[in-house]
This record gives sequence, C-alpha cells and structure tokens, in this order.
Amino acid sequence: MNLEKLIFGFFIILALTLNFGFVLGEIDNPAHHNVYELFAAIVINLVATLLKLGDRTQTGALLLGSSLVAVLQLAVAAAVWAYASQIHGDGLDPVFMASVVSLAAGAVIANIISVILLITDTVALRR
Amino acid sequence: MSSTMNKVLFLFLRRMRLPLLVLTAAYSISVLGLVLVPGVDDQGNPWRMDFFHAFYFVSYMATTIGFGEIPYAFSEAQRMWTVFTVYLSVVAWLYAIGKMLALLQDPAFKLAVGQHGFDRSIRRLRQPFYIVCGYGDTGALVVSSLLKRGKFAVVIDNSQERITELALQGLPTYVPALCADASVSARLMDAGLRNYFCQGVVALTDNDDANLKIAITTKLLNPDLPVYSRAERQDTENNMASFGTDQVINPFTIFARRLGLALRSPPHHMLHQWLNSLPGSRLPSRLEPTHGRWILCGFGRFGKAVYRELEQQGLETTIVESNPGVADCPSQCIEGRGTEADTLLLAGIHSASAIVAGTNRDTHNLSILMTARELNPDLFTVGRQNLEDNSLLFDAADLGLVMRHDEIIAEAILSHLTSPLLPLFLTRSCEQAADWANEMISRITAVVGERVPDVWALGLDEASAPALLERLGHQEITLGQLLKAEHPTHERRPCIALLLQREDEKETLMAPADETPLRPGDQILFCGQHRSAAPMALALKESHALEFVLTGQDRPEGWIWRSLGSGRS
Repeated sequence: MNLEKLIFGFFIILALTLNFGFVLGEIDNPAHHNVYELFAAIVINLVATLLKLGDRTQTGALLLGSSLVAVLQLAVAAAVWAYASQIHGDGLDPVFMASVVSLAAGAVIANIISVILLITDTVALRR
Repeated sequence: MSSTMNKVLFLFLRRMRLPLLVLTAAYSISVLGLVLVPGVDDQGNPWRMDFFHAFYFVSYMATTIGFGEIPYAFSEAQRMWTVFTVYLSVVAWLYAIGKMLALLQDPAFKLAVGQHGFDRSIRRLRQPFYIVCGYGDTGALVVSSLLKRGKFAVVIDNSQERITELALQGLPTYVPALCADASVSARLMDAGLRNYFCQGVVALTDNDDANLKIAITTKLLNPDLPVYSRAERQDTENNMASFGTDQVINPFTIFARRLGLALRSPPHHMLHQWLNSLPGSRLPSRLEPTHGRWILCGFGRFGKAVYRELEQQGLETTIVESNPGVADCPSQCIEGRGTEADTLLLAGIHSASAIVAGTNRDTHNLSILMTARELNPDLFTVGRQNLEDNSLLFDAADLGLVMRHDEIIAEAILSHLTSPLLPLFLTRSCEQAADWANEMISRITAVVGERVPDVWALGLDEASAPALLERLGHQEITLGQLLKAEHPTHERRPCIALLLQREDEKETLMAPADETPLRPGDQILFCGQHRSAAPMALALKESHALEFVLTGQDRPEGWIWRSLGSGRS
C-alpha cells in the first residue's frame, strides 16, 4: 500500500463527495445548501490541488488541471455567495442561490473527472 | 515551453507543495473557528461571524496588518480563538516564506534557473557566434579578441569560478556562459551546436581527451561546422586530424615553426608576428636569433618540437635534461636540470650562443635563464612561460623570446577565425624574398603606426557587395578606387590589401597593386586600422556610398532629388 496514493485518493474522493453534497437539493432554495459544506469543499479541493503540484507524470498533470478547474469554480461560487449575502440589497435570493449552486455543480463535473482519472490510473497500474 | 523552464517550474512547485498545504490548513482552521465561535453584535444580541468576514479578518490578521476587531468588538471566546490563530497563521507564513527563500538560494534551483537563462539567450541569438569550450587563460584571450573583431561567442566551462570571472570581467557585450562539461554532447547542443547561427566550435579545455571528445561530437552532430581544437600530445593531434578536425593547434609545434622561420628569415617572421598578434597590442619588435650553438634545457613536448626545428636548420644543439631515459633523448645529452651553474658549464655555456629554457615549471625556466645569463651575458635567451600569472616575471626578465602558451593558441585560432585567406597569405608569403617581406613591413607600419593591425576579409559576392557588383556590370573599378587612393577630397584609407583571390581560386595575387581591376567573386584580405573596415563594407553595399567613394560626388538619392538634380545638370 502506498501512503501517498492513499492520502491523495482520500482527498480527491472527499472533494467530490462534499461538493456533491452541497449541490444536492433544490437549486434555488438556500435551506438546501449549507455554507459550511461549501467551505469544506473549497478547502478539500485546495488540498487535493496542492497535493498534485510538481507531479511530472501525464496523469498527474491532468489531475492538477481538473482540480484547478474545480477550485476555480468553487472560488467563484464563494465569491458570488459573499456578494449576495453582504453587498446585494436583498440578501441571498433564489437567483443568486441558483448561480452559486450551478457553479458548484460545474465543480462536481471536474471532480468526477478527477476521480475517473484516479481510477483509470490505478487500474492501469494493476495490469 | 522549454525543457529547462519545465524543470525550474516543477522543482519550484514540488518544493512549495508542503508550505502551501500548511498555509491552506492554517487559514481554513482559523476561518472555520472564527465562524463557529459565538460573539455578540453592537446591540448585545448573539451573533456569529460569517465566512466572508472571517476570511477578511484572517487575511489581514495572518499577514500582521491588523485592522482591529471588525465588524463588532469581539467576545472573550472570539479573542481566545484569535490568540490561537495569530500564532498558527504567523508561524505558517514564516515557514512558507522561509522555505521559498531557501529554495531560491538552493544550488540546484539556481543551476536550473541559470541553465534556463542560458538556453533562452542562445535561442534569442540572431547573429553568428562561435562556441568556445574552456574559459581558461586561452579561452579568455580568444573570447575578448573575438568580441574586439566584432564577432560573438558562447562559453562553456566546467568551473563555476571561471564563469563568475567571465561575468565580472566587464566584456563589452553579454557573453552567455554555461557551467557544464563541454565534452558531454547534450551540453554542446544546449550551447547551440545545431543553431543556424553557429559558425564554429573552438575546443580549448586543458584536457586533450575532452578536446578530442568535443571535436568528435561536433563532427558527428553537425559535420559542416568547422572545429578548431587545441592538442598538446602528438597522438591526439593525429587522431583529431584523422576525422577532419579543421584546425588542430599544437602550441609547441607552432612556436617551434615560428622560431625556425625567425632563424631562416627575420623579416618574414616579423610579418607573421604582426599579422598574427592580438589586435590592439603593441607591435612585436624584430627578432634576430643567432646561428651559433644552442643549448636546450628540458626535452619534453616543447623541447622536442624546438629540437626538430633546430636540427632542420642545421644548428648544433646541446640537450640538458634531468631525466634523459624517460624523455627519450638523443645519445649526447647532459643529465641535470640546468638550474645549477655546473650543469650549464658542462653543456658549454661559454661557447654557446643561445639557450632555450623549456621545462614545464616557470620557476625552473627563469632560474635557468638567470644563471645562464650570469655565466654568459651575450646569450640569446628563449623562455617557455607556462602560466599566465607569471607574465610580469617573464617581462621583467627581458628575454629574447618568450613562448607564451596561451597567446600562441589564441593567436593561431584567431587567425583561422578571421579569414581562411590569412593562413593562405602567410603560407604564400614564405615563398617571397626577404626584400618583399621588408617592403610589406614598411607599408604596414606606414598605415598602422605602433599597434598590431587588424585583419579582415571582404567578399565581392551578391550578399555583401550588391552595389559594387551592379556597377562592375558596366564599368571597371580598380582596387585603388575602393581604397580611395586618388579620391578628390578624402585621404587614402588607412589599410592595405594583402591578398586578392579570384573566383574559383584560379588566381591569387599577393599584395595586389592599386591598378588591379576588381571582378565579381573576388575575395580580398585587408590589414590596417580597424576603423576603415566598416565604411568599406558599407561602400560595397550602398550605391550612394559607393558613388561617393568612386567619384567624390554626393549623388542625390530619392526620386524627387534625383529628378531635380538631373534637371539642373
């Protein structure tokens, strides 16, 4: 068992599950989307990205790319959330909530790709 | 993106991974804690910080900017948490910054960055250049003389110290330098072996095997490129010549040949010296070695080369060698170092007319010469100087002739890099009489005064002389006209033509006269003051400048002025 692989797999999958958990629910209903979950998803995604820094393999580069996409999507989602709750007059209304969730949903796709890459890499290694 | 850029980037990212993870962890723990810890707002109602404010607070707190407790004064619980986060985040930042600075100072990282800078400067080169391998005393001389002659060089040396020296030397232009083993083919490729602008490779390391490897590498990877290599052992010299190294330079042989020339004909020797010396230095004075008996101390590579030449001149030679068996001396040789008076007396110093101190130790050579001169003040003295650092001592010793290793190699290489016509001229000049050489010397002195003349070549081809070729189609132009010999307003250019070679190398004129007509495809070798080279090259290219050189008239250029001018005339 490779400890580095274990840790990396853990963070990649955790990033996907947290992200998915946040997105789940009615898209414009703030009650269905927990801000702590978004925070956790951002932090875990950041960690997963940093773990792949400096990896020179082909899969490593692809994983870094997809993780960066996820982090970017989530960061924009957080910025929209902050704008809506702090600056926007009406607070976090359904319009803003929908855009936050759809941005996070984009990050889910990037995270799914990361997990698929991770699985194919592992399978190829087994052979 | 180049491979070295990749290397630098990945090295940086990999080393920064842990510090960045630590920072992320510190920030997220701090933010999460601040969101969770209960507080009160300005009305006294229970209040919890949201993520936006928590991130804002941590951002300025962790960087020690500290705007205070925003948006409301903190509760005691929030302050407790803040105390913890202050230490956590400040330590995390210190760690990350410390790591980054350490990485920037890291020798491996510096090497990677340096290599990237070198690669980039090679890729951006847009002018012809030579690769000089080995930046010792000789390499430094070659590079600075190349720059002086308006050529460009790239340096490889395996000692960082010498690379640093190059940077500190204050050369007029930036010379890209790589600290690497030049005998590794990949490093030569890095230095631009297959670059379009690469003009040749000069192998000057102090190791014959490395030079051999450089020559082979160049001939295999870029067969059209000329290679000039230093070789100090006979077997290396033969080996290099066998696979087509363009010029193998053995300083001992070159020196011996020059000594031979000086013995045969002093004026010829002087002419050679003048054209071969480093431009801008003082003109070497006339050398007239004697034809009596010679004493040769030290029978190594240098001694053997000199001995062969002296034998050829039919001079009687006495050899002094400390280890005759190993050195493979001829039978009648005197054992001893030559630094003591009794050995020299045994060699018949009183009846000798010249002495050569040719051991590989500078102190021994100086000691031999001083002792010998004390015993016989009329001796003609020849000393071999091995190290550049000892120049002052050899200058002070006031010897008849000094063999300076580095200068000889540098001069030999330069004469080849200058123009292939120069070696041709030197060979042909040996066939001429001594009077001819004397006349050349006085002509050169008239033009350049006391400094070593510059030597350059011009080709009358489509690329470098379009204006002249066009005029040659309907008018005869002589060499004298090009040199402004009978120019109405200007003086004659301070240079003389040494050699003119017709196209297809059918005819070669030594010291062509002013009346010689120019023909397309001619190659002309000039010597004189450097400042006349550039205007001459310009006159060949620009019809306007050529018109002025030929007629002394400033012909109006441009359609309007030309038509106005023709109307007036």
